[in-house]
Amino acid sequence: MQSVLSIKELRKAYGGKIAVDGISFEVGRGEIVGLLGPNGAGKTTTINMVLGVLEPDSGSIEIEGIDLAASRAPALERTNFAAVYAPLPGNLTVRQNLRVFGLLYGVRDLAERIEALIGQFELEKFRDVKCGVLSSGEQTRVALAKAMLNQPHLLLLDEPTASLDPVAAREIRGRIRQFAASGAGGVLWTTHNMVEVLDVCDRVLFLSHGRIMLEGDPKTLPQQHGQPTLEELFIAVAREPLTPKET
Amino acid sequence: MTWLRPVIAVMLRYGYLLRGTPARWIPIFAWVGIDMVLWGFLTKYLNSVAASGFNFVPALLGAVLLFDFFTRVMQGVAGVFLEDVWSRSFLNLFASPLTIPQYLTGLVATSTMTSLISLVVMLVMATALFGLSFFIYGLALVPFLMILFLFGVALGVFTAAMVLRLGPSAEWLVWPVPAIISPFAGVFYPISILPHWMQFIGRLLPISYVFEGLRTIIQGGTVPWTALITGGGLAVMYVLLACWFFRRVFRHAVRTGILARYSAESVG
Repeated sequence: MQSVLSIKELRKAYGGKIAVDGISFEVGRGEIVGLLGPNGAGKTTTINMVLGVLEPDSGSIEIEGIDLAASRAPALERTNFAAVYAPLPGNLTVRQNLRVFGLLYGVRDLAERIEALIGQFELEKFRDVKCGVLSSGEQTRVALAKAMLNQPHLLLLDEPTASLDPVAAREIRGRIRQFAASGAGGVLWTTHNMVEVLDVCDRVLFLSHGRIMLEGDPKTLPQQHGQPTLEELFIAVAREPLTPKET
Repeated sequence: MTWLRPVIAVMLRYGYLLRGTPARWIPIFAWVGIDMVLWGFLTKYLNSVAASGFNFVPALLGAVLLFDFFTRVMQGVAGVFLEDVWSRSFLNLFASPLTIPQYLTGLVATSTMTSLISLVVMLVMATALFGLSFFIYGLALVPFLMILFLFGVALGVFTAAMVLRLGPSAEWLVWPVPAIISPFAGVFYPISILPHWMQFIGRLLPISYVFEGLRTIIQGGTVPWTALITGGGLAVMYVLLACWFFRRVFRHAVRTGILARYSAESVG
């Protein structure tokens, strides 16, 4: 499988506190990789480094073979993201936000692309509504529409369904699965919802104290480590870190 | 065209904000309009009581107009940047392919548009209401405006970098800068009457050469082209320094994580 994201020996420390400690992994085209771990494990730090808004202390990040440190803009053209903590400007309408970000990402045939996404994410009645007055679930749908604007080859999703009701969350998972299945790109997904992980992820990485403790298929990993469920495995890893990167 | 698309995005975003919020038009129209009315009547009054027959309109009202143009450019650049601070847009903006030169070009281009509107408003009011004729400055008006524009850009970019470095609470640094500079720049008086240490600072400010030149022309002297070239050279140097400073602060913000966690709670 051709990789869309290749991370090697990535490390980041804030002062003396190590946030990410020499992790390496890849995300293949068409693959959905879950990045799991307790709060403070280093998930968001990792995503911020891949997004180019945080510089690693060492290690490398390649997006479709393009070194992010050396060629920031070309690498980020192939990427997009949605995160609960990064809503779109609330003082612009849905359509205005999509237009502004479409221009930032150099999207061709922007007007048609925006209309297609508005339809796809069922945002028709919010087209001319300011994002700041939308519910958190609606804002998430707008953020996901923005994340799909440039048809990214690498999609980063940081707890994308955290504020959605179960029906909306299932719909969103379906869309993301569809996106990956189309072979257009790969997805790196962080969540604390283990049902969601089982539903969408082809592979998971368990992060704890900035290190990858486990990696594998979320359906078979619990049994391999003597745990009844993925949630129990998550708790076990969070409480008593295993030897890094067993499979 | 590809390089310009993100620049247009930055401009378009502010255009949408202007269209949607009448309050954002106030600094573009209202403050400069109030200044023209206030200083226009003051100069008329001074003309009526001064025995010398000196025309205060081109000296004082002209100086206020030019200084307001400089202020609008500076606050225009910083103001567009602050819109991103207020709407917490940094993560979405800088996780996109937008580069720093494109972002700064967008800020400056947006400020240019709004400042030109302010300039036209001031010119119309000063000419129609108080008989200020810009023909009196002749060709020197072009370098006057260029120097004021460039120094406004430099200070706007510099203060934006300061807010990025120190956090949203450093916003208060942006607004008083023109007022702090004005005593040194000799907007209303020759810098020769200032104490030596203030004169020294005044000579480092490109806009002081504009106001000195303005007074020279009004008093019947020739255009001080050498001084204007000095002022222009200083202004260009400050623009380059400000852009370098912004880039350096941005890199620091990316390295330390300030950019990823930028908010009043995490910075400043």
